[in-house]
Amino acid sequence: MSLNQLSALEVAARVRAGELSAREALEASLAQIHAVDGQQGSLEQKPLDPSEEQKVHAFIRLTEDLARQQADEIDRKLSAGEDPGMLAGVPVSIKDIFTLQGIETTAASRILWNFKPPYTATSVQKLIDAGALILGKVNLDEFTFGSSSESSAFKPAPNNPWDPSRVPGGSSGGSTASVAAEEVALSLGTDTGGSIRQPAAFCGVVGVKPTYGRVSRYGLMAFSSSLDCPGPIARNVSDAALMLQVIAGNDSKDSTSSVVPTSNYLDALKEGVKGLRVGLSPDYTHLFYPDFETGELAMESIQKEISDSVQHAASVLADLGAEIVENVPLPNAKYGIPTYFVVSRVEAASNLHRFDGVKYGYRTPVEVDDLQDLIRRTRAEGFGSEVKLRILMGMYLSSEGYAANYYQRALKVRAMIRRDFDCAFDPHGEHRLDVILTPTTATTSFKRNDVFGNTVRMQYSDQMTVSANHAGLPAVSVPGGLDADNLPIGIQFIGPDFREDLILRAGYAYEQATLDEAWRSVRPAVLRQEVAK
Amino acid sequence: MSISKISSELFHKLVGLAALELTAAEGAYLLTEMNHQLSSVNALLQVPLEEGIQPTLHGIQCLGAGPRADAWQPFPTPGEILAGAPETEDGMFAVPDVKGAK
Repeated sequence: MSLNQLSALEVAARVRAGELSAREALEASLAQIHAVDGQQGSLEQKPLDPSEEQKVHAFIRLTEDLARQQADEIDRKLSAGEDPGMLAGVPVSIKDIFTLQGIETTAASRILWNFKPPYTATSVQKLIDAGALILGKVNLDEFTFGSSSESSAFKPAPNNPWDPSRVPGGSSGGSTASVAAEEVALSLGTDTGGSIRQPAAFCGVVGVKPTYGRVSRYGLMAFSSSLDCPGPIARNVSDAALMLQVIAGNDSKDSTSSVVPTSNYLDALKEGVKGLRVGLSPDYTHLFYPDFETGELAMESIQKEISDSVQHAASVLADLGAEIVENVPLPNAKYGIPTYFVVSRVEAASNLHRFDGVKYGYRTPVEVDDLQDLIRRTRAEGFGSEVKLRILMGMYLSSEGYAANYYQRALKVRAMIRRDFDCAFDPHGEHRLDVILTPTTATTSFKRNDVFGNTVRMQYSDQMTVSANHAGLPAVSVPGGLDADNLPIGIQFIGPDFREDLILRAGYAYEQATLDEAWRSVRPAVLRQEVAK
Repeated sequence: MSISKISSELFHKLVGLAALELTAAEGAYLLTEMNHQLSSVNALLQVPLEEGIQPTLHGIQCLGAGPRADAWQPFPTPGEILAGAPETEDGMFAVPDVKGAK
């Protein structure tokens, strides 16, 4: 087994034991990036060599010098007998939506192409303080607006390591691709409507959306402030638990950061699922699409291999002693996307007013008449189409005359979505669930350019994930098999407020019980190519 | 409630308010997509709202420590902030004149 295949727990254990230097772990990771990642995302529209089609393109920027300094500091601490931290020597990538002092932080947007933040995000600082090696910033949908990573202004956009002709999902597609391709052991992503879990499912890795407020948003460029959640991406549940342990906790710099104490997520994994009540809902078996003419919802079944994987996971957990509770009603989940269209766009429009070419980032080089002209031209040239669309939609939905019909109503439907979950998890209610098991996505990864441009269809790829964001609940996507095209399938566990321990326990128990299943021995295509060379 | 569509006139008003400029092709694409998204949003108008349901801003009840004290705290390195600005003058952000301002 190569160093890059080691889990974060194993890397940290070996480094802490003096069996592996942080510098060795770093160089192995950099070698893997140079072997599989190819050309980094750039604003320049360079023609791509055909061989680049098979590369991952997860990174926008490598921070090799920073990582080497960090590795040397870890090795120095070990020599001096100091504690190097829980993540000593573990290679990590950071979604380029988190600030890192002095390092370009672009949000994958032209409007921030040269922005060097004067401060570091709390979650990134916690990773650094725990001994992680920050290898670089990874690509994403522009300002996180998308579900395929194709809307990035930095091209080429990331590919799916399991099939480079397909998307890695999004918006944390660079994060999940970098972990799946064994370039790094861990990545820091964000999840506003499913942006950690959906790409985790598409790339066959583990992605955790913590409870809203569990991980600080300080230093995360805001998309939808009431929904945004930073969270871990890893290749197994234990590593995700380890990373969550490091980044979770209260932060005085984020007023919505929770003061609820954190659990020991790693210890919780060992508790098993015997006696846990695991719910299955008939409201997570179909997609509901709008008819553009009538506004009525049309129904479409999810991919059969995915629903089969969910049923298989339920039977595995039942064999381990969990109690499976069927027919749990979550009837308002089908309104998750319409509600998201309103809440997220209104908040995004508000958050994006700050980008004006005055204080930081891009400014139009064109000679302008006055300040208003400067702002208009800067935003026209600096923002991509998806960003403009979200600003315009948000302004429409919150404008006088429409806000009562749309925004106020969406906030009430959001409360009804939350109430469904409250009923399901109520310890004195009919179902008394500990976790809910659902598909993470309705389909496996789609081809590049198949969906991009159809903004409604793209948004509906988050239908299985978005309700947890509306309700603020923790959820995890874990690999649940492969479809007939060898594309990863994700299954999701949703839990009550601040019970990340429960969803991780369920995911870990399923993972450990299925370690010998044949699909787990199949490796992503880009890694099979590396072996063949 | 009636199913509404965004008119071209309203769209262009929004573009101005959003401080954006669009090419004709971009404008046509965005207006089409906005109306498609509105078809989805309009599904909310059919939802039978539960009696007495109150709007929620976060889903979860926020259990944070609340806002920081409203006290001035100097940033330790203001030069780093100014260094990132497209144009500065005498330690301040520089912008073109505002039309009509004296």
